[in-house]
Amino acid sequence: MAAKGDIIIDIERCKGCQVCLDACPKDVLEMSKKVNAKGYQYTVKVNSDCTGCANCAIVCPDAVIKVYRVK
Amino acid sequence: MAEQSIISPENLVYKKTEVMTDRELHYCPGCGHGTAHRMLAEAIDELGIQSETIGVAPVGCSVLAYYYLNVDMQEAAHGRAPAVATGIKRVLPEKYVFTYQGDGDLAAIGTSETIHACNRGENILIVFINNGIYGMTGGQMAPTTLPGMKSSTCPMGRDVKTMGNPLKITELVAQLPGTYYVTRQSVHTPGNARKARRAMKKALEYQKENKGTCLVEVVSNCPSGWKMNPVDSNKWMEENMFPFYPLGDIKVPGKGLVNGGKDGR
Repeated sequence: MAAKGDIIIDIERCKGCQVCLDACPKDVLEMSKKVNAKGYQYTVKVNSDCTGCANCAIVCPDAVIKVYRVK
Repeated sequence: MAEQSIISPENLVYKKTEVMTDRELHYCPGCGHGTAHRMLAEAIDELGIQSETIGVAPVGCSVLAYYYLNVDMQEAAHGRAPAVATGIKRVLPEKYVFTYQGDGDLAAIGTSETIHACNRGENILIVFINNGIYGMTGGQMAPTTLPGMKSSTCPMGRDVKTMGNPLKITELVAQLPGTYYVTRQSVHTPGNARKARRAMKKALEYQKENKGTCLVEVVSNCPSGWKMNPVDSNKWMEENMFPFYPLGDIKVPGKGLVNGGKDGR
């Protein structure tokens, strides 16, 4: 099935709190093995099941996620 | 590639609102302040009142709220935000005025200002972030700390015999005739965050009708102060904070107190 949604994560602003991982209904997100310039692990997209529901972006305290959805 | 085509301007469904500045937030990872800021900013954005809104920042973790909210802001002395907001609203009655305060600011040092502003029925919105602790100064006990809850000044847990009972200030001000809309929300899940945004939007709309003070409490977490990781702190909040501070409306326009004003519903 073709992906319906996609996200862009501003990894340098991510603080690795993992709140978005719980909010994602499709388990699209995981933490990176690497760290960003501030020393935090950041969120990465690991599969193409994203539906563009924007749940991750709404709960992200630092608003690092932009959400796109095919309309 | 299909994925490449999804990322295009016409498919954009969610991004940080323009009512927040581009500045990076200084809050700890997972802190509810960031989301609460954004829900308030989105409510302002949806109403299209960015240029007519004046905010009053408190003392506490959110002391730098004026860096992040892209509206006119005024800093107030500790706890005095409702008094400052009263002055602003009386001089500029056509503006939308809100205060953004934590529990140490609103429920401890600012109790008097809060109660009197609510009792006078000033047409302001008070956004109250309740995390049961003094976050900025190192996790000391606040008036809202739960019985038995540990903090740096009650490391064995709050003992109500010697330290007093937690203060449910939201229920308290709901009893006053000056308040119009009083509700308790949270921002830790997408659904709750959307509800909090709706509540703040409603409260700002009521301000136009000059009906009285609106207070939106946001029960939030403090991962650093509670010494937990953000996900665990949200879970702890659901299990311990929500039974004591139940979410829901406490005073609704037209209906008055919900459930006798005892608890939120």
